[in-house]
Amino acid sequence: MSIIYFLIGCSVLLALLFLAAFFWAQRSGQNDDLYTPSMRILLDDEEDPPAEK
Amino acid sequence: MTESKTMEKVACYHCGDDCLTTAYVVEEKSFCCNGCKTVFEILSASKMANYYSYNDHPGATRARTDKRFDYLSSADIVNELVDYTDAQITIVTFFIPHIHCSSCLWLLEQLNSINPAIHYSRVDFLKKQLNIRFDQQRISLQQVVELLYDVGYEPLISLQDIIKKQNGLNKDNLVQKIAVAGFCFGNVMLLSFPEYFGIAEYESTFKHFFGWLNILFCLPVVFYSGQGYFVAAWQNLRKKIFGIDFPLALGIGVLFIRTCVEVITYTGAGFADTLCGLVFFLLVGRFVQQKTYHHISFERDYRSFFPVAIHILEDGIDKPVPLSQLKTGHRVLIRHNEIIPADAILLKGEALIDFSFVTGESIPVKKTLGEVIYAGGRQTGEAIELEVVKPVYQSYLTQLWNNEAFTRQKDNRMQTFNEKVSRYFTIVLLTIAFGSLLFWLPTDVRRGFAAFTAVLIVACPCALALSTPFTMSAALSVFDRNLFYLKNVAVVEQLAAIDTIVFDKTGTITTGNSKEIKIDGLLSTKEQLLIYSTCINSTHPLSRMICQYLGTQQRLEITRYAEIPNLGILATIDGHRIRIGSSKLVLGYKEIDDQVSKVYLMMDEEVLGFFEFTHRYREGMENIAKLDVSYQTYLLSGDQDHERMELSRFFKRDTTMHFNQSPQQKLDFVQALQQDGRQVMMMGDGLNDAGALKQSNLGIAVTDDVNNFSPGSDAIMDGRSFHKLPAFLRFSKDTINIIRFSFLISLTYNFIGLSYAVTGKLSPLTAAILMPLSTVTIISFTSLATHFAARKRKLA
Repeated sequence: MSIIYFLIGCSVLLALLFLAAFFWAQRSGQNDDLYTPSMRILLDDEEDPPAEK
Repeated sequence: MTESKTMEKVACYHCGDDCLTTAYVVEEKSFCCNGCKTVFEILSASKMANYYSYNDHPGATRARTDKRFDYLSSADIVNELVDYTDAQITIVTFFIPHIHCSSCLWLLEQLNSINPAIHYSRVDFLKKQLNIRFDQQRISLQQVVELLYDVGYEPLISLQDIIKKQNGLNKDNLVQKIAVAGFCFGNVMLLSFPEYFGIAEYESTFKHFFGWLNILFCLPVVFYSGQGYFVAAWQNLRKKIFGIDFPLALGIGVLFIRTCVEVITYTGAGFADTLCGLVFFLLVGRFVQQKTYHHISFERDYRSFFPVAIHILEDGIDKPVPLSQLKTGHRVLIRHNEIIPADAILLKGEALIDFSFVTGESIPVKKTLGEVIYAGGRQTGEAIELEVVKPVYQSYLTQLWNNEAFTRQKDNRMQTFNEKVSRYFTIVLLTIAFGSLLFWLPTDVRRGFAAFTAVLIVACPCALALSTPFTMSAALSVFDRNLFYLKNVAVVEQLAAIDTIVFDKTGTITTGNSKEIKIDGLLSTKEQLLIYSTCINSTHPLSRMICQYLGTQQRLEITRYAEIPNLGILATIDGHRIRIGSSKLVLGYKEIDDQVSKVYLMMDEEVLGFFEFTHRYREGMENIAKLDVSYQTYLLSGDQDHERMELSRFFKRDTTMHFNQSPQQKLDFVQALQQDGRQVMMMGDGLNDAGALKQSNLGIAVTDDVNNFSPGSDAIMDGRSFHKLPAFLRFSKDTINIIRFSFLISLTYNFIGLSYAVTGKLSPLTAAILMPLSTVTIISFTSLATHFAARKRKLA
C-alpha cells in the first residue's frame, strides 16, 4: 500500500501545476475581460484583402 | 406624389435618427446630418463599410461637427492622460460611451488599417474602454482622438477619470485567495474521507501522513486566504467594535490550532476540512458582494462635468491650459456649447448662457457686458471672452464641494443589521464558550478545552456572514434589471431604513424640458408680432417660452405695459389692447384644470385662443403621491414657484415644497431634516443637487442616460424606472426581512451544533457536515426568497 504515498504526491503535484497555471492566467490579465472575446469571435475577417500588397 | 415621397420617414443610415431633409444622400443612402454623412464617407474611403453590415445604424448622431481637441497638444494634459509612453510608443486608454454593439468593436479594432501609425487597439466591451498603442513619432495623441472622433467615437476625456484610474490600482487579489482556498478545500476533503470511513489500526501510519498533509494544506488557507479576517478583526478590536470579523477570525484561529494539536499529539484527525471549507465559503460570499458597474461612475463631481482644458488669451493668442492651472485674472475664450469653468466677468461678445445643469432652468439667460457669470453655465451662440474673478474651486457652484459633507467620510451611515447582531452574537458566543470551559474544568481539563474550542468552532457564524452578501447581491441584480444601479450592497439596507424623501424638481420629477407648448387657435402674422412684443418684456418662464415658440421677430414699441404677478400682462401696442395671462385675467373667471397650465390671449376684448403648457412630469408621479402615507416627501427646487399649483397634486401640504433653493440651501435643508432624526433620501440630477445628495443618508441621481454626467451619489436611477420607486422601497424592506429570517435559520444550525459542542464531544464529521449544510441552506434560501420577493413586487 506504500504506493499511496507516491500517488498522493503525484496528484498534489499535478493539482499544484493547475493552481500555478491559474495564477499565471490571472496575473497576465486573461480573466480581466471575459465578455469581449465572445463578441470578437463572431466578427469575420476581412473579406477582400486590401489590393495594395 | 413627390410631396408624399419626401414626407416618408427615412432613417439615417449611420445613426438611425429620422432624416428631416434629403440634402445628405450618398450612394443612395440617406443621412440626417452632414456629420453622419462625413463619418460614412471616411469609413467607406478606408474600406470600412463592413461597419454597417454587422448592425443597422450602429453610429451615434453627429449633429455637432466642431472638433475641439487642440488642448491635447499641451504636454501637461497629455502626460496625465497616457498610461505609458517612451520614445517609440504611447499607450492610452479611453472611455468611449458610445460603444454598444459588435460594429463598434469591429471598427475600433481596425483603427490600424485606417492609420498604420496605430499599432494596436483593443476594446473592453463592458467597461466601454479602448486601449490604444500608437507610434507617437508618426501620430500625436490629438490626432488619435481626432481620428476616433472622425469615425464617430468621441472619447470622454475628463480629469476625474484619470484620478479614478490611479485609485483603481490597489485591488485585492480575492480571486487568487478563493482559488487557493478552493484548491486546499478539495484536497483536504479527499484526504479526510479515509478518516471518516474508518482506517484500520494497522494502517494508522496513513492516518498520520494524511494529518500532516492536511496541516500543510491549511497553512496557505489560514495565512494567505484567511489573512484578511485576522487583520479586520484586529482593527475592529482596536476600535473596540465587535464586528462579525471577530468571531470569524476566532473560529478560523481555533480551528487551526486545534487541528494542529490533534494531529501533532496523535489524538485525532482535526477539523482541517471544516477550516478550509469555512474560509472558502466566506471568500465566495465576499466575492459575490463585490458588484461593480464598470461603465457607471458614482464618484463624479464638478471636475468631470467641467472641461479638461480652457483656452486662455495671452497677448492676443489663445492657448489651452489645464483646468487646474486656471487663475484669477486669466482671460478665457468660451465658444459655443462650452462650459464656463469659473466665476468670470463678461468682457466681449453676446452671452446667452444655459444654466440648465446648475439651476434646472432650461431657457438660456442673456448676460450683458461687465456682468459676473457663474461657473457651470454653458454658452450658446457666438464665442465670448471673460475674465476669471474666482479660482475654479471657489466659484459659486464649486465651493459646494468645499463643504464638510464632501471631505468627511460618511459616518452618518446607520449600523447594518449584521453589525448590530454580531455584537450580541460575539458576547453570547464567548459566554457559552467560557461557561462550558468552567463547567468541565474541575472534572476533566481536556474535556473542558475540547468543549471550549468546539463551541467556538461550531458557532462560527459562517451562515450569518453569508446571508447578507448573498441576499444583497441577489437584490442588487434585481435592481440592476430594473435600471436602478446601486453603488454597493450596503445601499440596499440604507434604502430600507429611509423615512423621508426629498425630490429635486427639474430633471428629477420632470423630464428634459419641463414643459411642452401647444397653441390652440390661429394667429395671424400681425397678432404673433404683437404677442411677441408683449411677452419679450416679461421674465416669466411662460412668457419666455412663448417668445421662443414664436421665434425671433421684430420688436414693436410698447405704449403701455403692466405685469400683474400670478395673473399676466396688460399692454397696449399700436393702439391694440392686449391681455395675456391666466383665465382669471383674460376671461374673468377661474378655470380649474390642474393637468395643464394655459395662457390666454386677448386682443381688443376678443379672445384669440390660448397657449397650453403640458408639464412633462415623469411617468408614475401618482405613485410618488401615494408614498405620503409611510414617508415624508419634500420638494426642493432651484426654480421660481410658478409650478406650485400643479405640483400640489403630488405634494399635498404646502410646507413641503421649497422653491428658489440654492445648492447650499438644499444641503442645509437635508442636514436640518437629519438633525430632526430623519433618515433622508435625496433624489436629484444636477450639479446643484450634489451637496444635498452627498449630505443625505442615501443620494440617488436620476438620469436619462446612465453614461451621461450624473453627480456623485449612492445610486443611479434610470429615469424610465422612476415609477417603480415605491416598489423599490418595498422590495428593499423585503430584503431586510429575508436577511433576518436567514439569520434565524443559521441560529438554528448553531444551536444544533452547540448542543454537541458543549458536551466536548464534537466529532470532526459532525462539524464537516453541519458547516457546508448550513451554508447551502442559507444560499439557496436567500436566492429563492429574493427571487419571490422580486416577483411579488413585480420587479422580476
